[in-house]
Formats: sequence, C-alpha cells, structure tokens
Amino acid sequence: MEFLSYLISGINLGSVYAIIALGYTMVYGIAKMLNFAHGDVIMVGGYISFCAMSYLGLPGWLALILAMAVCTVLGIVIEGLAYKPLRSAPSLAVLITAIGVSYLLQNTALLIWKAAPKVYSPLIAPTKANGEPNALRLFDGQLTVSYISLLTMGACIVIMIALTLFTSKTKMGKAMRACSEDKGAAQLMGINVNATISTTFAIGSALAAVAGVLLCSSYPTLQPTTGSMPGIKAFTAAVFGGIGSIPGAFLGGLLLGIIESMAKAYISTNLANAIVFAVLIIVLLVKPAGLLGRYVPEKV
Amino acid sequence: MKKFFGILLALAMVLSLAACGGNGGGNDAPANSNPPASTDNNQPAAAPSGSAFKLGTIGPLTGDAAIYGQAVANGAKIAVEEINAMGGAVQFELKSEDDVADGETSVNAYNSLMDWGMQVLVGPTTTGASIAVADKVSSERTFMLTPSASSADVTAGKNNVFQVCFTDPNQGTASADYISANMAGSKVAVIYRNDDAYSQGIRDTFVSQAKANGLEVVYEGAFTADTSTDFSVQLTGAQSAGADMVFLPIYYQPASVILTQAAAMNYAPTFFGVDGMDGILTMENFDASLAEGVMLLTPFSADATDARTQNFVQAYQAEFGEIPNQFAADAYDGVYIMKAALEAAGCTPDMSTADICEAIVGVMTSLSVDGLTGQGMTWGADGAVSKDPMAVVIENGTYVLP
Amino acid sequence: MKKMRIKQHTRTNFLTYLGVVAAFIIMNALSANGSLSRSLTGQLVPICCYMSMAVSLNLTVGILGELSLGHAGFMSVGAFSGIVAAMSLQSLIPAAPLRLAVAMLVGAAAAALAGLVVGSPVLRLRGDYLAIVTLAFGEIIKDLVNCLLVGVDASGLHVAFNLTGSKTVEDLGMQPDGIAIIKGAQGATSTTTIATFTAGFILVMVTLFVVLNLKYSRAGRAIMALRDNAIAAESVGVNITKYKMMAFVTSAALAGAAGALYGLNFSSLQATKFNFNTSILILVFVVLGGLGNLWGSLVAAAVLTVLPELLRAFSDYRMLVYAIVLILVMLATNNPTIKTFLNWKSNGKEAA
Repeated sequence: MEFLSYLISGINLGSVYAIIALGYTMVYGIAKMLNFAHGDVIMVGGYISFCAMSYLGLPGWLALILAMAVCTVLGIVIEGLAYKPLRSAPSLAVLITAIGVSYLLQNTALLIWKAAPKVYSPLIAPTKANGEPNALRLFDGQLTVSYISLLTMGACIVIMIALTLFTSKTKMGKAMRACSEDKGAAQLMGINVNATISTTFAIGSALAAVAGVLLCSSYPTLQPTTGSMPGIKAFTAAVFGGIGSIPGAFLGGLLLGIIESMAKAYISTNLANAIVFAVLIIVLLVKPAGLLGRYVPEKV
Repeated sequence: MKKFFGILLALAMVLSLAACGGNGGGNDAPANSNPPASTDNNQPAAAPSGSAFKLGTIGPLTGDAAIYGQAVANGAKIAVEEINAMGGAVQFELKSEDDVADGETSVNAYNSLMDWGMQVLVGPTTTGASIAVADKVSSERTFMLTPSASSADVTAGKNNVFQVCFTDPNQGTASADYISANMAGSKVAVIYRNDDAYSQGIRDTFVSQAKANGLEVVYEGAFTADTSTDFSVQLTGAQSAGADMVFLPIYYQPASVILTQAAAMNYAPTFFGVDGMDGILTMENFDASLAEGVMLLTPFSADATDARTQNFVQAYQAEFGEIPNQFAADAYDGVYIMKAALEAAGCTPDMSTADICEAIVGVMTSLSVDGLTGQGMTWGADGAVSKDPMAVVIENGTYVLP
Repeated sequence: MKKMRIKQHTRTNFLTYLGVVAAFIIMNALSANGSLSRSLTGQLVPICCYMSMAVSLNLTVGILGELSLGHAGFMSVGAFSGIVAAMSLQSLIPAAPLRLAVAMLVGAAAAALAGLVVGSPVLRLRGDYLAIVTLAFGEIIKDLVNCLLVGVDASGLHVAFNLTGSKTVEDLGMQPDGIAIIKGAQGATSTTTIATFTAGFILVMVTLFVVLNLKYSRAGRAIMALRDNAIAAESVGVNITKYKMMAFVTSAALAGAAGALYGLNFSSLQATKFNFNTSILILVFVVLGGLGNLWGSLVAAAVLTVLPELLRAFSDYRMLVYAIVLILVMLATNNPTIKTFLNWKSNGKEAA
C-alpha cells in the first residue's frame, strides 16, 4: 500500500514537471533555444493567480485565466524584446540572455512581492471544513489520493493531447512544425516565421501559468525563487523524453517524478536528486536523443 | 532605431515596476516612521556621522534566503532608530549589505563595510557565510556579533565572535530533553534538510541526545533544496513507521508545506519545531488551523504581551508592513547588546575598530542584557549565549505555554 | 598571408600574457601603497579563480565547441580534494606556499580524474544532450559532497559516506585530536586559509599557458577541426575520442586547480556553492568574453566579478541592475549594426 502511495506522489510531482516540460519542449522545438527563464514565468503565474485570489477575491478558475493572460503577454514581450533581436546570433548568446531574463524576473518579483514566502490557496483545498482530507479514499481509507493530485494529472494529460492535436492538425501547428524543420524553407513557403515563434512563446508561457497554478496548488508555497528549481527539473525531463517531442516531455516528466519519489522512498532521501540525474545519464547513454527523441544523423 | 526604443521601453518598464514595488516598504522607509519614543525629545533620528558608531549588518537581501537577511536588516534598523531617538552616549550609523547567503559574497560585503569604516558588526545572518567572515574578523580584530548563525563552528577558536541565538547543539539537545521529559515513549520521526548546515547540525545533536535519553527515532527523512517541493514520501514513511511525533529542525516555509501535505494525508502526529519554525503563523494567507497543536522551541514570540515586544512589533509593522520573525528580533537584540557592550567598555566613536573590539571582548563575558529573545542573556568566553529556550504550543493561531 | 596570421596570434598571446603580468604588478603596487580598497583586495583571489575557470571553460565551449553546464562540478571536486590535501598535510609540509601548490596539484588531479570518468562515456553525446549530462554531473557531485564526511587525525585520513543521513562526524572514529575537514552539508568549516594573490596570478598564467599552447599546437588544430566539422575531421584521420577527451580533461584539471585555490581562500565552504548557478556564471564569462577568445574571458571574468560589488550602491536594486546590464550587453554585442561597426573599425586598423 505504501508503494502505491509513493507511486501516486511520484505521478503527482511528475505531472507538474511534465506540464512545465511541455512548455520547454515546445519552445525548444520551434525556436531552438533553451529558455531558462521559463521557470520564472511559472513563478510569475503563481504570483498573479495568488494576487487574484487573495487580494481581488476572484475564484480559482478566473485567477487561472488571468494568470494565463498575463503570462502570455509577458512571454510575447520577453520574446520580442530580448530574444527576437538575437534571432541570427549564436545560440549561446540567446542562452545567456535567457539567463539574464531569469535573473530579471526573479529580482523584479523580489522587489514587488518581497522575499517572505506566501501561502497559496490551492484550487481545491487540501482539507474540507470539518478537517477531513479532500481526497479520494481507496481500500478502506488506506490509500488517499487528493483531488488536487487528480486534477493535476488530468490537466497534464489533457494538455499533452491538446498540444499533440494542435501541432498536427491546425494550420498554426503545421507552421510551427515547418519552422522547427527548416526556418528558411518555411519562410519561402509563405510562413511568417517571426509570428510563429511569437505564438509558440505565447503558448509556452500560458502553459507556464497553468503549471504555476498547479505547482502552487499541490505544494502551496510561493516565493520569488519558486520556479527556478522546478524549471531545471522540467528541462531535465524534456531532455529525458527527447527534447522537442511532446509525448516525450510528458513521459519524461512523469518518469522523473516517479523516479524521484521511489528513490526517496527506497534508496536515500539524501541522494534522491543525484539518483534522478544518474538515471538520466544512463538513459542518454543508451538512447542519445532521449526516450522518444528523433536521432538525426549528421549530414556531411 | 526601433530596437533601441524597444530596449529603452523595457528598461523603463522594469524600473517603474521596481519603483512600484519599492514604495511598499524595503529598506528606504519613509522618514515619518520614527518610533514613538522620538516625540518626547528633540534628538534627530539619524545621528550625525562622526559622533556615532558605524554599525554594519550582513545578510542575504536577495536570492533564496532573502527573507532572513531582510528581517535582520530591518530589525537592526528599528533598534538603531530607537537608540538614536533616545539620545545618549551611544549612537549608531547603520549600513546593511547583501551577501546572498554565500561565503565569498559575505566576505566581500564585510570588506566593503570596512571600506565604509564599520566599527562593529551585527552579522552575518547565515551559518556558512558567518564562518567565512568570522575567520576574517578574528585575524583583523573586528568585533562580530551574529544575530542568527547558530553553528558552534562560527565562534569556535575566535575570542571576538559572539552569538545572539542559541547554538545548534543547544537546540538539538534541548528539544530531545523536552520531548523525553514531557512526552516520554513517543515514537519520533525526523524530517530535515540535508544540504543546510543549520538543519543538519540540529538533527545530529537531536538524534544523539534522543538516543541517550532512550527516545525511539523510528524514521529519518531528508530533503535538499532541489527536492524541497514534495514531502509526501517522507510523511508516508513517517506514518507507516508509526511515528506519533515528527521533529522538524527546518525553517517555516518547507514546514508549512509539510503541515499542509500531512493534513491532506490525514496524518496528524505532534509536530515539534525549533526556532526556525517561528514565523509560520505570520506567513501571508497561512491557514493557522493547520498549525494547531504544533510545538516549538523559540526564544521569541511576536504575540508576547510585554510592552517591549509589542512596541517592536508595532514599529516593525508600521515600517515594513510585516510581522517580524525571530531573525528580526535577534538582530534587534543584537544592536541593543552592542550598545550595552559599548557602554560597559566605555568606547567612544573615535576609537579604531580594533581598539573597540578588544575593549568589548574584555566586557562581553560579564554582560547581562534583557532583550526580546531572552531575559538576562549572558555570554561565555566561547561566544555562545546562555538563555532559556521556551517551549510553546500553537493554539487558535497563537503561541501558548503548554 | 599565412605568415601574417601566425604573427597576429603570437602577438595577441604575447599581449594577453603581458596584460596579466601588468595587472598583477599594478594591483600589487596599489595594494602596497594602500590605495586599493579592501573590498577589491578581498576579491583578488576569487577573481583569479574565476579567470582561470573562464579560460578553462572556454577550452571546452569555445575551442572544443561543446556546451558544458557543469563546470562548477569540477571546481567542487578540486576545491574539496584540495582542502583535504592541505588540511591533512599541515604537519608534513609546514610551508604554506608549498602546501598550497601541492593542494592545487591534488585538486587538479582529482578533477582530471572526474573529467576522465565523466568524459569517456558522455562525450559521445552531442549538443544539448551533452549539456544536460554535464549539468547532471554537477548536481550529482553537489549531492555526493553533501553526504561526505572526512576527518584527519594522527593515524591518517578517515572518510565516511553518509548514505542514509544517520552518520555524523563522531562515526569517523577519530582520536580526540582529530580535525573534521568536511562535515557533510556543513561543508569544510575549519579550513586554514593559505591562498594568496601571487598563487592566483601563477594559476592564471599557467592556465593561459596550457590553453594557449594547446590551442596553437597540432592537437589544438585537430580539436578546432572537430568543432568546425566533426565528420570532415574524422575523415582526414583525426581521432575524435582522443582529442575531445584531451580538451575536456585538461579543462577539468585546470578548473580543479582553480577550485583548490578558491577553497583555500575561505575558512568555510559548502558544496551548495558549486551549484548550477555557478556553472552558469562561468558560462556567462565565456560567452560575454567571446567564444575562443581567451583574453576576453579574462576581462569578462574580472569585470563581472567586480560588477555586483560596485553595484552595492544600488542596494535593493543591485541584482536587478546586474540582470539588465547582462541582457543589454548581450543585445548590444550581437546587434548587427554594432557588429558591422566594430568589424569595419578592426578592418580599417589592419589595412593601416
């Protein structure tokens, strides 16, 4: 029974990683850049929804929409001001700029919202008014699965499917795939590459807002550095699954969460993180492009 | 040209955002927020330089641990304003520097304070940084009183470094003693942070003292900064090991997540924290019912009814819009201790930093100071403070004595 | 034409060495007559370490062309092994400079070993996948050092690995006179600081010497050929694995030496210091200084280390200003207009 409960913790954590990783992988696949500021957009999403719920008294779903709207705008602004001028620059220059943006967001948040951690009001409260856990009870109450975990897992699956459909069926999605394959050729086919990349950032940032709300709902605390660690984990997850691949990011995030939980439960809580990374290295040695990534042989 | 405008726009936006945030509080407090004491005399709040001691504080004002450093800087600021408003022989000029809780930056901060002409140091805030700075002050002879660095390594082998807070060994043993005296026979689980000197230090002494006292430690789970999101695995481990008491030698932010997750799992042991737990009730939006029955050892309580604490809490809230935590109180006491020491040693602001250091070291062990975090605090030659930890239990959102 | 090129790089190398020597002499002279602020004096050794880190990372990123996000991991290995060496040789080698040199060599050797262990399997990966593996390596090192207990007493070194978190320094079984060198998460807290600016200067010179000589040797040309086109290089008989490993391990060893010097400059050092952010910081030095441009790395490392200290006047806005400066500099240096202007200027100079 403990095993199942560890597994559920792992899936819950993994779902959060997966949603963040989906955003990462979208942006990487199309813009070919590692957006290290993605984690900080999550943090902004968390704070916006926090303010909406606690200060403006808005309901959770409205706060979520507001956070998505603000993050979408933020994503487009960041892309336009900091990344677009570097479109022809070497990828490392963009990487460093992304890191600068990440510092900028963190320190701006620190000035606006202060360092003191805030307690987030989860979308679904962990306990009912009478103190009972707000959770699904299985096996005579031996196993509890909180509704917020279920919501997180559900949201993760829905987003993954929606993104897959979006990129394969819609016109914009096809344009994105074309840009991902070959920007020059895409442009020649009449695709507006800049607009496509901006749209990708908008979608990625909206996803980051969703991830921020779900992350803070599952682990209800918020401070200016909240996003950086999950951001790195999600980056790892995206690579684990094969960066650029949407099902890969989903699988990578989920596995990363499960491995982390299992390592904590059965090997060592001290080294859980090291074990996750060790597994990552081994997987990459066996499958050099991640679990579901495409291995593109270098052409001469 | 368009690009240039874009950049300019971004810059303007960021700066205006930053300015908006700055108005809410921060270190540049409005001038009209002098403590009430200043109304009954006409001393200026900021003493003119030259006649005041230059006092520096160091702590993380940005980054992950900013909450602690900002509390120290703010607490010290309140104390300095009070002291300057009261007038008297000892007046202070205060400067707070950022060290991002990092040893290297902390040494840099110390050096830049020395360039400013600092005479006494109330800092640094975190343990690792304090050890690095303590080594410098010990060879350069600057008097250092750390408000909150609790490891015994900070003071070890240096006669001019003193602490305001309890040492880690002290807290670990006191907690184990308290649990075995009042809740004998409990099965204890420990959840601590493995990459944090403070947490690991208390855990080590707690576990060895618990063994000596015959307490049963049934589960130990650690986490690191990288795995500090989810604690359900550790809680499940503690629950299935049958622990009815969970010892949390950690800061209040992860503790708040642990309490929430435990409630969501329907796991309700007695949680027992140390001084890092103080502050949990002041977290914005925290559901105090989650902390019902949590016990902690703390030297400071913002709810205390004595006039001094209330004045301090009021002044702090007026100036910074937050309820002060234990770090702020430690720094506040640190400044008053410094004042008492300077008075006892008969120092004057024109003395050199090294002379002041030797003079204070001479009187420190014979000093007894009443502060917010303890009555009749005294110091041993090893630099550790002796004051009694107070065990409290949280009931209806306030601390009560059990 | 070819002659001129060689001449030009020899000249650049010469000027780089000369610049470092001049900076060292000026700094020494300034600190001798007391006109250097304490703040800057205190940063001299860390600056030397970061310079050396930046140059060695430039070997991997700029010259070999592989992105590494775990350079701080090698620094960590070097720092902690250097500290252990220096602390345990205290009675055997009483002369501090000699002990420092030995510690730096030990640090370099340990980091080189780590580089060999990590490099041999992972250098088969490419691009971002290699980057993430180096990141993973840095994180693993951090967690491992957090669980490491090392002490020394009359009977020698005592080492324990704290897998379950239940061990403390007492479990090392040391005699009462023993010193705990590394205490898990509390890190090295009783280090005798023996690092000096002179040692830092020598480190930078050695690093430059090694990297410059490697770059302009036969091996260096092979390494750069790999960067520019691995398949073409392989087809003309360049041994990919050998040259990649050569660059990677050299880079790791130099980072290890820098780490040892850094570790011995502070009485307290925790493994968390060498986290992802430190790796990134060094990468920023390299990219800002210019890939493959060694003197650029030196200048960027020095400027970006001093910058946050100079920004102390901004108090609360310090790191915000730092971030803005970073973004603006990246935008400016990659702006086509400015680039053309700079190129035009340097072309003009050459023509003259």
